[in-house]
Amino acid sequence: MGRRRLKLIFGSAMVKEPVIYQLGKQFALVTNIRRADVTRDQGWVLLEITGEAEELDRGVAYLESRGVKVEPAEGDLVE
Amino acid sequence: MRCRECGAEYELQATHVCEMCFGPLDVVYDQAALKKVVSRDRIEKGPKSMWRYRDLLPVEDSVPVVTLGEGMTPLVKAERLGAELGLRNLYLKNDSMNPTNSFKDRVVSVAISWARAHGFETIACASTGNLANAVAAYAARAGLECFVFIPVDLEPAKVVSIGVFDPNVVAVRGNYDEVNRLCSQLVESTPWAFCNINIRPFYAEGSKTLTFETAEQLGWKLPDEIIIPIASGCQFVRHRQAARELVEYGLVREDRVPKFTGAQALGCAPVYNAFKSDTPERVLPVKPNTIARSIAIGNPSDGMYVNRIALETGGVVEAVTEEEIVAGIRLLARTEGIFTETAGGVTISVLAKLARAGRWNGDEVVVAYVTGHGLKTADVLATANGHSRRVEIEPTLKSFREVVKI
Ligand SMILES: Cc1ncc(COP(=O)(O)O)c(C=O)c1O
Ligand SMILES: [Zn+2]
Repeated sequence: MGRRRLKLIFGSAMVKEPVIYQLGKQFALVTNIRRADVTRDQGWVLLEITGEAEELDRGVAYLESRGVKVEPAEGDLVE
Repeated sequence: MRCRECGAEYELQATHVCEMCFGPLDVVYDQAALKKVVSRDRIEKGPKSMWRYRDLLPVEDSVPVVTLGEGMTPLVKAERLGAELGLRNLYLKNDSMNPTNSFKDRVVSVAISWARAHGFETIACASTGNLANAVAAYAARAGLECFVFIPVDLEPAKVVSIGVFDPNVVAVRGNYDEVNRLCSQLVESTPWAFCNINIRPFYAEGSKTLTFETAEQLGWKLPDEIIIPIASGCQFVRHRQAARELVEYGLVREDRVPKFTGAQALGCAPVYNAFKSDTPERVLPVKPNTIARSIAIGNPSDGMYVNRIALETGGVVEAVTEEEIVAGIRLLARTEGIFTETAGGVTISVLAKLARAGRWNGDEVVVAYVTGHGLKTADVLATANGHSRRVEIEPTLKSFREVVKI
């Protein structure tokens, strides 16, 4: 089992979509929201997902395919 | 350590995010105990390096530090640049004079000292240049195994100055985001100390010394305003903390805190964009596209805190174009004899832009942090039209007199 701490960034088109619900339903992943800031037209969610490594990759790919920007929770790390 | 968002407290350990809320962790100190020991005198009697501020760094007294003599870089009064910008008390903190020619030596010296003392055998980092350079050098000095993750297309000059220290270089066939993602996963699955990731709270503390020294070199006074380049915003936040500590421990004569002003390249200006907007604490990621690669961070970890501090202290965040960056490098070199890299070009041209827009009346003490050396990014000048005051002559006096008017 592994886990990822992610920052999901939503544009206006995505804010109303239940993508985190879908993520937990379509993949063998446990989702756990830690903090969020969502307004009518944009937002971010800090999310922990737990599951097998391959499932984590598939889950992240799914989020991206839905137009969500997925980053490590702490932002860019390459300095 | 304490979470900056929810205040949860943690034992000192190699973790950089809060388990509860994923907020960043900061090292906290026993202030009452420090108040009793910290003094100007004790600092002045310390080594001629940033380690004279050891009491205010998260490395225990018993720990042998990994040092190359970083810090205590020159604070020079910039008479000629000041004259050009109408500033009578302009200073430059020239941190390109560090052992690997950037301010990163400060943070890495603290990070690796802490990591070695706490049982880590391998030091790692994800970097596009300056950080990898410092990590490779200090790991060599410490005798630790070193892994450096770089994007596969990193400029050859940078690869050479990293490679000479003989680290394991992992060139990742992928873009910047993919290197980023890979490293955040590796942290979970390796027993390594990633300087800018899991041991970030210690690393970050090293930047405070830049501001400590500035105050000491000004005769234990804080300036009226400090101009700082922003990538992740990590050092900006620590400089605010350093000013707080200087006041708290009675090291500076007055309790007035400087204005903290940030500098970004327009080609990667997420913090500036938010600063200008109605919601300065909502920093939206951008795709970086600028010659200032050492500060090209599209989704800065500390962006919102930068804007909070700039607003709190009366500072601003300003940004400049690619042409202005090169002009800033040339302006600094021409007036002060200091050759800085593109990040310094950003800082100097933001300084110039603000000065020309009338931000100061001329008597304020303004300090610009010059954080990296020009040889790191010399290519940006080579492609920018060579040098305009060059002539070519025959090897004869006649030819010289014909061409050069003296
Ligand atoms: C030369 C130089 N200046 C400034 C910075 C910005 O520092 P920070 O990421 O702490 O904002 C960096 C690195 O990130 C750098 O290499
Ligand atoms: Zn927290």
